[in-house]
Amino acid sequence: MEAIFKKLSALSATTILLILSAIFVVLFIYAKPAVQKYGIHFLVDPRWDVSVSLNKNSANKTPNNVNKNISDNALNPAPIGENDADVLAALGETNTQSSNNTETIYGGLVPIVGTIFSTILAMFFAVPIAMGISIFLAEIAGPKLSKPVGIAIELLAAIPSIIYGMWGLFYFGPFVSHIFGGSSVSLLVAGLVLGIMIIPFMSSLTRDSMNTTPEVLKESAYAMGATKFEVIKDVIFPYAKQGIIGSMILALGRALGETMAVAFVIGGVFTFPKKIIDPTVSIPVVLANNFAESSGMSLSALFYLALILFVLSFIVISFAKFYFLRDKK
Amino acid sequence: MRLVINKIVLFLSTLAAVLGLIFLFWILITLTIKGVAALNIHLFTNDLVNNGLRNLFIGQFILALIAVILGVPIGMAAGIYLQEYSFNNKFASFIRNLSDVMMSAPSIVIGTFVYAVVVNPVGHMNGWAGAIALAILMLPIVVRTTDDMLGLVPKELREAGVAIGAPKYKVIFNIIIKAAKVGIMTGLLLAFARIIGETAPLLFTSGNSQYFTLNLNQEFPSLTVAIYTLATMPDKHLVEIAWAGAFILTVFVLIINLLGRYITKEKK
Repeated sequence: MEAIFKKLSALSATTILLILSAIFVVLFIYAKPAVQKYGIHFLVDPRWDVSVSLNKNSANKTPNNVNKNISDNALNPAPIGENDADVLAALGETNTQSSNNTETIYGGLVPIVGTIFSTILAMFFAVPIAMGISIFLAEIAGPKLSKPVGIAIELLAAIPSIIYGMWGLFYFGPFVSHIFGGSSVSLLVAGLVLGIMIIPFMSSLTRDSMNTTPEVLKESAYAMGATKFEVIKDVIFPYAKQGIIGSMILALGRALGETMAVAFVIGGVFTFPKKIIDPTVSIPVVLANNFAESSGMSLSALFYLALILFVLSFIVISFAKFYFLRDKK
Repeated sequence: MRLVINKIVLFLSTLAAVLGLIFLFWILITLTIKGVAALNIHLFTNDLVNNGLRNLFIGQFILALIAVILGVPIGMAAGIYLQEYSFNNKFASFIRNLSDVMMSAPSIVIGTFVYAVVVNPVGHMNGWAGAIALAILMLPIVVRTTDDMLGLVPKELREAGVAIGAPKYKVIFNIIIKAAKVGIMTGLLLAFARIIGETAPLLFTSGNSQYFTLNLNQEFPSLTVAIYTLATMPDKHLVEIAWAGAFILTVFVLIINLLGRYITKEKK
């Protein structure tokens, strides 16, 4: 009995390893046709679902700015701001039928760029605010204020991301487009909503690492006449630096793979955003909108994208975990 | 000068905190206003096909429940292994880190994985696939919680158990798990709250259904997937239903979280 239980528990622990490697292997197997066909060039090819003529004069790629309309999907319509001429114009150009002498090309550059830029935007927006909140909670506010606010922040971190997306679509998107112009679904809105979504997560982690600073260190600094800012800058930051940076990278990892908060507000069109206020698409959103009705090469290309996202976030998170957040046990 | 800089920095960080909180409360307030306005009794008695949410609540709950049934035993056993049997060897710390990494893996990628191994062989979306995706998402959280909570149990309790001649699995089940019960329960509640609000891994695994069904072999109703679909519809009334669903989901998630907190507090 003892031996059985021990084996069972060891087996369960191994499941973690098995599942993670299975994810990697399965994604790779399904992505293989696309990987073989497009290779590494997939990463820099901005064309998605574009028909290319195989004729001799194929030097100039035929319809060269064709955008696949992904919102005609009955199950998961891509969100479109109602009066956005830009988006509608883009959506109007539906894909041409592929005839025998054409070939459909899939490239991942647009969603990859969309993912990276929306994450960077989110970080630019979230890091200062999350730092402000955690400094406020850890040092400025008294216990009477910091406790309820801290709990509120932690509760906000638990709210499902779809809520952030919905709010972004109906309230924040129009608000942003009112200020910065452009459409109410755009890279900018996606980045900002993403930023707002990771603020609670980031600030509660950052506050926790700031709180690990021993009181004695802070008190000695105060005793020497240091101001609060100097204590924060010269005592708390150096002490909690690893934890703070680690928490930020973890939040970045979360922003990278976030689907629902972005799906509502990024626009879901395969165009390269010329301006920050243009709609575009990110890897999770491509997967969310196109997966259910894809097959063959397009499905394989989607798995290729999923693999890229998985590897990317795996690297980011492991980096945070192994480099910054080592267990201090 | 130092004092001025101090004042400025403190003011700025307070400002940032206030700004962040304004955004977050803006979300909660709009959600409440829109959600409460759209609430009515028909939402709880009708299915989606009749503009209600009943089948969606039940469907989402069943998916999460099955995920718990699948994920918790494996997760807890893994946590027990890490804390009780591994003696903190290299393999254990490797698994521990791996599990933490898995906790932050993009949920949509888990969805694609389950699509490949469950939906694709079966040929159509089904409830089991959704539940499995949620279970995979939940697994690392359960491992982490069990691992942490068992770690808090004093060594003396274990020694006392072993000293009276109990086999190790009995010590674990009758002494250690009992001592860590509250913490583990809280962790499980929070893990449940996390997966019940998930949308991305369900989109193409369990899909959605307009009708009431308990048959996990076909597409299964899900509240979150329905919110995504309804919110992007041009029909104003459907959008209102989506708000009501979003509101109820959020309230439910927050209540579970508060409950978790309350249980931990009672213990202390």
